[in-house]
Amino acid sequence: MLKITNLHATVADKPILKGLDLAINAGEIHAIMGPNGAGKSTLANVLGGRPGYEVTDGSAIFDGQDLLDLDPHARAAAGLFLGFQYPVEIPGVSNVQFLRESLNAQRGSRGEAPLSGGDFLRLAKEKAALLKMDMDMLKRPVNVGFSGGEKKRNEMVQMGILDPKLAILDETDSGLDIDALRTVGAGINAIMRSPDKAVLLITHYQRLLDYVKPDFVHVLADGRIVKTGGPELAHQLEEEGYEAVAA
Amino acid sequence: MTALAPLPTRKSEAWRYADIAALTRVWDDLAAPEEIAVPAGESRAMIIDTLPPSGIVRFDVTVGDSATFALHALVANADYGRVEIRATLGRGAHFELGGAILGNGDQTLEIVTETIHAAPNGTSNQVVRQVLAGKATGTYMGKVAVARDAQKTDAAQSVKAMLLAPGATANAKPELEIYADDVKCAHGATVGELDKAALFYMASRGLPPEVAQRLMLQAFIADAFVGMGDDAAREAIEAKALGILEGLA
Ligand SMILES: Nc1ncnc2c1ncn2[C@@H]1O[C@H](COP(=O)(O)OP(=O)(O)OP(=O)(O)O)[C@@H](O)[C@H]1O
Ligand SMILES: [Mg+2]
Repeated sequence: MLKITNLHATVADKPILKGLDLAINAGEIHAIMGPNGAGKSTLANVLGGRPGYEVTDGSAIFDGQDLLDLDPHARAAAGLFLGFQYPVEIPGVSNVQFLRESLNAQRGSRGEAPLSGGDFLRLAKEKAALLKMDMDMLKRPVNVGFSGGEKKRNEMVQMGILDPKLAILDETDSGLDIDALRTVGAGINAIMRSPDKAVLLITHYQRLLDYVKPDFVHVLADGRIVKTGGPELAHQLEEEGYEAVAA
Repeated sequence: MTALAPLPTRKSEAWRYADIAALTRVWDDLAAPEEIAVPAGESRAMIIDTLPPSGIVRFDVTVGDSATFALHALVANADYGRVEIRATLGRGAHFELGGAILGNGDQTLEIVTETIHAAPNGTSNQVVRQVLAGKATGTYMGKVAVARDAQKTDAAQSVKAMLLAPGATANAKPELEIYADDVKCAHGATVGELDKAALFYMASRGLPPEVAQRLMLQAFIADAFVGMGDDAAREAIEAKALGILEGLA
């Protein structure tokens, strides 16, 4: 589904990704762990097409398409979803309006008919319930005044509504309380566990991986994947630390 | 001041950013400021969603004791557009102004207000939002004068501008002239650009840049119209503003 080869990228002329290779097949769940500043969020941003992140070498092929060639909104329409480490507040724009326009823009670019207001609200209610989020919050402006944990939960409601093929979730578990972590874990499984979908979880903690069992765990350090293993690698990292395991 | 008064020059503060050449063409046909008196205890609301052919609208309003006057205006679609109002407030009177300046090309658009709190307990609230594209110039000049015995006056001004192009200019000039001591006057003015983080966030959800921009600008100018009591009128002026916004950028 996603094949990244020798990816190099700079931010403000500073090399951050330095020859990163990663292949994700449909039906798989991958976890990326790694020290602060290693380039995990940079990878997510580069794949999402964030302005200011410049790819200097390498490729990323998503479902047979050159991902790096697409505008950010076209990447979303192609089935990519980014869960943000720091979700952005958009004053004055309600979640409902934002998501309905987003979903219909995606549908339009895929040649599908737009969802009516009523159908959209039914879908939004279902996904909000899945993530145990109050519908009232969906009527509020996007992320404005949401707590850290509420923002992360809102990311997952958005993922449920947009129904992507590949979700890259950047520290979605950070800031969640114990119950919210369980809810979000169950939500990720419900939305994304499917033979034709895939997930890339960026996380610092084993906890999330107890709920969303990864098929592969990678260590990203200094802009490259330096080690890959199964779920046991996450446990080993938790016990021994990056220096011991990935050195 | 009547139409026969001498043509103003830019030396006059209230015309400092005006397009004098455009003004010269219409000055003789320009009516003197329309005088409006709101009787004590009553309310009047005025909405300007289209500027007259001269581009210029001028009001001189006297708001009686405990009366309210509200003006909501869309200043757009004119080479030189100007909404000018002087409001003189009686005891406990309220003046509400909500204005959106939407400029493009070489347009010069302005809102010029003079709010005179002449008696105690008056309140005024002015919200102006500007969205400027191309080489447009948008200006808000708002003078608030509080007379010596106009104690407990509460006057607020909020002015924000969003520049969509490097050639666009926003001027914001709130001005206070206070002779009473027990008053509350708050004003804030900001000039900014669209939040890039928000634009990327919206794109990551599938919104094309023009739609993301439209949603953000719509929300931005909505502040100017939240104070409208009549929902249908608010929706109408917002719809009109949206149509103009779609033509900017
Ligand atoms: N705009 C920028 N200008 C300069 N350096 C930047 C910029 N953005 C990111 N960096 C640098 O790039 C490096 C990688 O950052 P990144 O956010 O990808 O790390 P991360 O692996 O996600 O870390 P964390 O675990 O703390 O979230 C860091 O050293 C960071 O300081
Ligand atoms: Mg990060």
